[in-house]
Amino acid sequence: MIVPSRSPALHGLALVVGIVIAWQILFEIAGENAMAPPLDTVRYLLQLLSTAAFWTHLIETARAFTMALALSTVLGLAIGFVLGLHRFSAEVAEPILLGLYSLPKITLYPIVLLAFGLGMPAKVAFGTIHGVMPIAIFTMSAVSAVSPVLLKTGRVLKLGPVQTIRAILFPAALPEIFTGLRVGFSLTLIGTLLGEMFGAQRGLGFLLMTAIGLQNVRVIMAVTLLLVVFAASVSTLLVIVDRRLHRRTR
Amino acid sequence: MTRAAGFRLGLVLGAVFLLEVLCRAGVIDHLTMPPPSQILRDLGVMLSSGAMYPAMAKTLLNVVIAFSAAVVVGVAAGIGLHGWNALRQGLEPLFATYYAIPVFAFYPLLIILFGLGDAPQILIGFMLAVVTVIMNTLNGLDRVSPVLRKTARIHRLGRLATALKVTLPCAAPSVLTGVKLAVAYAFIGIIGAEFIMSRTGIGYEISFAYNNFDNATMYPLILLILAVSTLVNAALSHWEKILMQRRGLG
Repeated sequence: MIVPSRSPALHGLALVVGIVIAWQILFEIAGENAMAPPLDTVRYLLQLLSTAAFWTHLIETARAFTMALALSTVLGLAIGFVLGLHRFSAEVAEPILLGLYSLPKITLYPIVLLAFGLGMPAKVAFGTIHGVMPIAIFTMSAVSAVSPVLLKTGRVLKLGPVQTIRAILFPAALPEIFTGLRVGFSLTLIGTLLGEMFGAQRGLGFLLMTAIGLQNVRVIMAVTLLLVVFAASVSTLLVIVDRRLHRRTR
Repeated sequence: MTRAAGFRLGLVLGAVFLLEVLCRAGVIDHLTMPPPSQILRDLGVMLSSGAMYPAMAKTLLNVVIAFSAAVVVGVAAGIGLHGWNALRQGLEPLFATYYAIPVFAFYPLLIILFGLGDAPQILIGFMLAVVTVIMNTLNGLDRVSPVLRKTARIHRLGRLATALKVTLPCAAPSVLTGVKLAVAYAFIGIIGAEFIMSRTGIGYEISFAYNNFDNATMYPLILLILAVSTLVNAALSHWEKILMQRRGLG
């Protein structure tokens, strides 16, 4: 077992400091053509954030990501609840879902582009196909693992299907569902960005791709830093909530 | 075959048949997607002509290298970190947020550091695959019962012998979960890297075919990758099931 740490914040801080030091050392080895040093990157990122052009890319990505996350969540929860409530369907569907989850979905990007064309719908679709599976799988296994006694209590109290979901299933399955949402968040983000890298004319992924083509190291590093900081902070927050939910039920 | 497996097979075949009908009826435009039977025929033609063998060999070899390195390094790092709690807690936030970080953004940096050969691509595949192996190894080692460790101590096994003879076999199902995901991640890393910047490999051939509207090459190649990764995944799942059954959990 992991011994609960007295100060997780301190560990996080130590990790960040370690990464910055490693980054600076790597810069000294690799040189200016390969990468930009930490301080310079932060400065350049702040400079980018004060330009209107950068904000249009940022907002475009934020919109695509929000839509993809909303779609993954709604679809994932719906699939998870429907399958989780019906034992036989869950048994039939589980290997299919797991198979789809571990498919290298990046190979599907040309098909998504052909089906949706360049632009927003393709990005959202690409983000969604990445995010929906973990949410559906976690929800399904959480719902089907809800103790039958709880469901029987609901029947005794003559609860309707909506009430049963709201008052019994959802609270009981919440910790696992939340883990699914956390994983879904990460994968939707990466899916949306990949969609932008390969098939878009706007957005941070597109910016990254053009910078890669032009070997513009400062832009690459600044955009990557922004994405990593965003992903890491939200993800850390979700992990903290996740642990809390799991601890409560134990 | 169990009833669920029969249903599952019927469901998958039904989906393919539906796709075939939709394509033949013209609901799905022929330029968007050829009918599945046509894709299969194209794949046969492509495989018998042998034109894609060099690209396939290169991609598959790189996937195998990245995957094997990720499994060996990941399991070793998992064992190491399990015995070193301070470092593990320091790295925990990194692991939790790792898959939200767009690793592909580091590809240009790797190209500058290692040149335009296979090394940067293998490294991307490795970087994506290794963390899931580490996380699942740690997860499995956490669940090894203290009685088994005590037994190892009574038999005076050294650290290495304990890991190889007691803890690792006990954690095998969890490690295998990580290994399964590592297959997908190795594929994603290498094919994604080939999409972004490369002159060879299946990923490059797919994006080349996409840019030339060459569906007769693109779809069979996509099918091939999906089929290979699904087969490997199914084989590992089967092995996992045997392991679980052997300890009466299946």
